[in-house]
Amino acid sequence: MAIALCVAPLLFALVAWILPSARLRPWIVPLGAGVHLALVVTALALGEPVEAFSGWLALDQLGRIALPLVSVLFAACSLYVPAYLRIRRGERHRIFCGALLAFLAMMTLIILSHHLGLMWVALEANTLVSAPLLYFNRNRRSLEATWKYLLIGSVGIALALLGSFFLAYSALPHASLVIEDLVREARAHALALPWLHTAFVVLFVGYGTKMGLAPMHTWKPDAYGEAPGLVGALLAGGLTTCAFVALLRFYQICAAAGEAAFAQELMVAIGLLSMAVAGVFMARQRDFKRMLAYSSVEHMGILVLGIGVGGLAAFGSLLHLINNALTKGVMFMAAANIHRAYASKTVDGVSGALRRVPVSGALFLAGFFAVTGTPPFGPFVSEFTILRGIVEAGRYGVAAAFLVLLFVVFVGMGGTVLAVVQGTPKGDSPEGGFKDSLGTVGPALVLLAVVVVLGVWVPPALDGALADAARFVEAGK
Amino acid sequence: MSSAVDPLLVLILMLNFLILGTSRLRAAINASATQGALIGLLTVFVHGSPAMRPIVLGAAAVAIKGLLIPGMLMRALRDAAIHREIEPYISFLTSLLLGAVATGAAVLFADHLPLAPDHQGSLLVPASLSTVLTGFLILSTRRKAITQVVGYLVLENGIFVMGLTLHDAMPSLVEIGILLDLLVAIFVIGIVINHINREFASIDAAQLDTLKE
Repeated sequence: MAIALCVAPLLFALVAWILPSARLRPWIVPLGAGVHLALVVTALALGEPVEAFSGWLALDQLGRIALPLVSVLFAACSLYVPAYLRIRRGERHRIFCGALLAFLAMMTLIILSHHLGLMWVALEANTLVSAPLLYFNRNRRSLEATWKYLLIGSVGIALALLGSFFLAYSALPHASLVIEDLVREARAHALALPWLHTAFVVLFVGYGTKMGLAPMHTWKPDAYGEAPGLVGALLAGGLTTCAFVALLRFYQICAAAGEAAFAQELMVAIGLLSMAVAGVFMARQRDFKRMLAYSSVEHMGILVLGIGVGGLAAFGSLLHLINNALTKGVMFMAAANIHRAYASKTVDGVSGALRRVPVSGALFLAGFFAVTGTPPFGPFVSEFTILRGIVEAGRYGVAAAFLVLLFVVFVGMGGTVLAVVQGTPKGDSPEGGFKDSLGTVGPALVLLAVVVVLGVWVPPALDGALADAARFVEAGK
Repeated sequence: MSSAVDPLLVLILMLNFLILGTSRLRAAINASATQGALIGLLTVFVHGSPAMRPIVLGAAAVAIKGLLIPGMLMRALRDAAIHREIEPYISFLTSLLLGAVATGAAVLFADHLPLAPDHQGSLLVPASLSTVLTGFLILSTRRKAITQVVGYLVLENGIFVMGLTLHDAMPSLVEIGILLDLLVAIFVIGIVINHINREFASIDAAQLDTLKE
């Protein structure tokens, strides 16, 4: 089962690569996504543990949150693919479709890996398959974005490997890269603490680079700004989720060794810094896709902040992982539609989106309210839970900073978003006249519906799974 | 562990400084190739007695780090018709000094870490940390895309040395995966360099500055 989850998307990638028909090929992506989603649902419903290769691959409490999330987000994005490629007729998309499915396979592998080496290989492969996705537009700007993404990403990946070695070294003479072994050694206080500390810092920087935490976020605005909208959604909702899951695994080892406090201080500091950096760069941001990138930096900060505070905030952080990924899907797809309708992605060329593309404009506006934590959307509940957790932990200074930064981001982001959606449409529609259609707004509408539901009601099954995952991460049980 | 290990590590450290101090791209690539080949040898010597697996792994490292990747880089260099790193962000003298500071810091830091009995008194861990830091330094202070790739190779070499300390704990699958990944990474970066070359009519990463705040 665990193997099938990783291999199925790869098979569909192969089919997309081989299939000669350019008309049918875009439909392979939603087909592959559907099969993956069905496999994930089966795996979750299965009574027995999902494992392979003597525990190297396993679906644990954390994976039970992250894997369905990634699968649902990818499925929504995949439904956008046929409509998107119809607009971009003439572009060669053989590699694009194949790379999308391979991207899904690698995300699955990162989440299932319980061997740090295997997880690292999957992360590197994920970075490599995302290069052609970023470079899809084949122009100077996308080339620059791809170069920065590869170079900064590769350095982050190299550090991640170095950190994994440090972690294995800390367990000498019982060196291992299997997470269960490391957690067991940590419980027995058999890990060398100086190595463990060094390993955590290096791993935090390495995987934090892939997550896009400040100050390692510099690739993000360029990559998200130049990538096609659905690729932005997959990076901001999928890849970052996987990198966060990886970080949680190292945190789990630290917690098991009784060294959680050390890791938490680092996470609180970097979390607040990421929110602050996002707040500064979002103010008067003219490019609304780059604005979304800074919003992603902000939310990555919120995620690590929640884990850093721990307790109820850690639970809130895991809930926020879901809300953030789904909301990012809504915003990136709406932004892509607006970009298409104006052939511009800055507020200098775009206004009155609510009139020219009413549904996409409304989705963009709703997405903005959702992502900034306004009721009745899901992120409000999760951000409020994190805030309650911070106050419960008695960290009033952190709580105040958290609230102020959320407000700064709301104001900064609001200026750009309102300029995009309000007013009268600027200029004439570009040739071909992009209009909202079921294919281009349907997937975002579905995701928004889920975000609204999560805002008013967290299903008991999900609530239980989240509590399990939070306990799993914190106590290393 | 064989007595050849420490002399090899000293050579690797000296090559770090050669790469830091040279303005000639060809020399930098050659030095990184030599460093890669030495690391291949190191893989064999780290084990007391010669065994099949380290020899195969070492040979693969020599082939990939010592021949294949430098060959690709030389080819990219020839296509781009450039020879020198002009105007790095900091002078070569400063980079040498910073390299010396980084090496000193690496030795001090490694002193504070509890080493396994096998590695005590050996240069393995300090040399690894120092090479990693050197790679960072090159990556962040040079303008040419090719020199940045050389910096990345040096960084990877340092990490590989660290990996050698864990030879027994790591199944060969992972090690080969690492070599393979490195190859693919450089391959992709090489393709990108070619595109940079065509689109920008130069190979200067400093020209990649359209996207900024």
